[in-house]
Amino acid sequence: MMKRDDFLTVLARHRKDEVVVAVYSAAQELIQIAPHPLNYTFTGAMGQGSSHALGLALGRPDKRVIVLDGDGSLLMNLGSLVTIAHAAPGNLLHCLCRNGSYETNGAVPIPNRDKLSFTALAAAAGYRQVHAVSALDEWDRRLPEFIRAQGPVFVDIEMERGASYPEDFERLYDPACRDAFRQALKDST
Amino acid sequence: MPDEGLSAAQIIAALKQADIRFVVALPDRTTSEHLLKPMLNDPDFQVVQVCKEDEGLSICAGLYSAGHRSLMMMQYTGLLDSINALRGVAKEGRNPVCMLVGLLGKEPGVPPKQSARYGLRIVEPVLDAMDVPHHLVEQGADIGRIQPAIDKAYAESAPVVLLIGASPR
Repeated sequence: MMKRDDFLTVLARHRKDEVVVAVYSAAQELIQIAPHPLNYTFTGAMGQGSSHALGLALGRPDKRVIVLDGDGSLLMNLGSLVTIAHAAPGNLLHCLCRNGSYETNGAVPIPNRDKLSFTALAAAAGYRQVHAVSALDEWDRRLPEFIRAQGPVFVDIEMERGASYPEDFERLYDPACRDAFRQALKDST
Repeated sequence: MPDEGLSAAQIIAALKQADIRFVVALPDRTTSEHLLKPMLNDPDFQVVQVCKEDEGLSICAGLYSAGHRSLMMMQYTGLLDSINALRGVAKEGRNPVCMLVGLLGKEPGVPPKQSARYGLRIVEPVLDAMDVPHHLVEQGADIGRIQPAIDKAYAESAPVVLLIGASPR
């Protein structure tokens, strides 16, 4: 199964000037593996990543916005699938880093993980495109297509934890870093 | 001279004066008919309809980082349901989330803290405990509070709540 740090390394290799919104473990690792002025980790509360991403996508329709959501996080804000599908931002790529657990909160399994289909939920909500990926080489091969596609695009990516990285929640939610992001986005054309 | 009550047109004008162009909303009975419905048809506003109120606070935060002013419209019950987002996204995240909150069922002329309804009585104390500034907008003369409150929120990068105490007409 794909390791999350390998997934992020591939993302960093393909990334140009896209905004990347990330939550929890993916956010902790993103700022270590792929530091970038357009990394947005300031989501403030569990489940809110997709909604921050929607605000960014609507506010900057000229920029591509990629959100790295978690499955436990998305379960906490499932309505955002409908909200995003209705707002229909063409520049939003919603990636679900699906590990089947609340990893940050003790690696407890999410409810009904063996039967739950996030792709079915996203499709039923009305996303323009829905895909699923589980192998690293497929992620590497298809990511440019996902980034270019007219959104909202949902990609379910099955993965597991890779190497351990330090946790720094203060950094993730730091308003000073958010202000730096804000300036970087303003300067980014 | 008796106050003429809340004019929806004046509230909308005040919001435009405050440079609000994005409105994030979940319908509230106090404001749906004469505020939200006209906004849905007003080309000066882009309305984002949400399924739950905490989403809306985060959408406003994303819009702020993208360089836009926005307004979250909801009922006070939705505000109470969004306390954790208010804590993490708006307060600790220092995002100028501006909320227009309908006080459904508020008795005319009775201060919210003295309402017979428990839910209404606790709104201002909860906001005070969270150090979130709030303003009651119940009469026509109160509409003048809207633009300065929004400007201050953006100047200080801090949230503000405008409590709508009567249905605008």
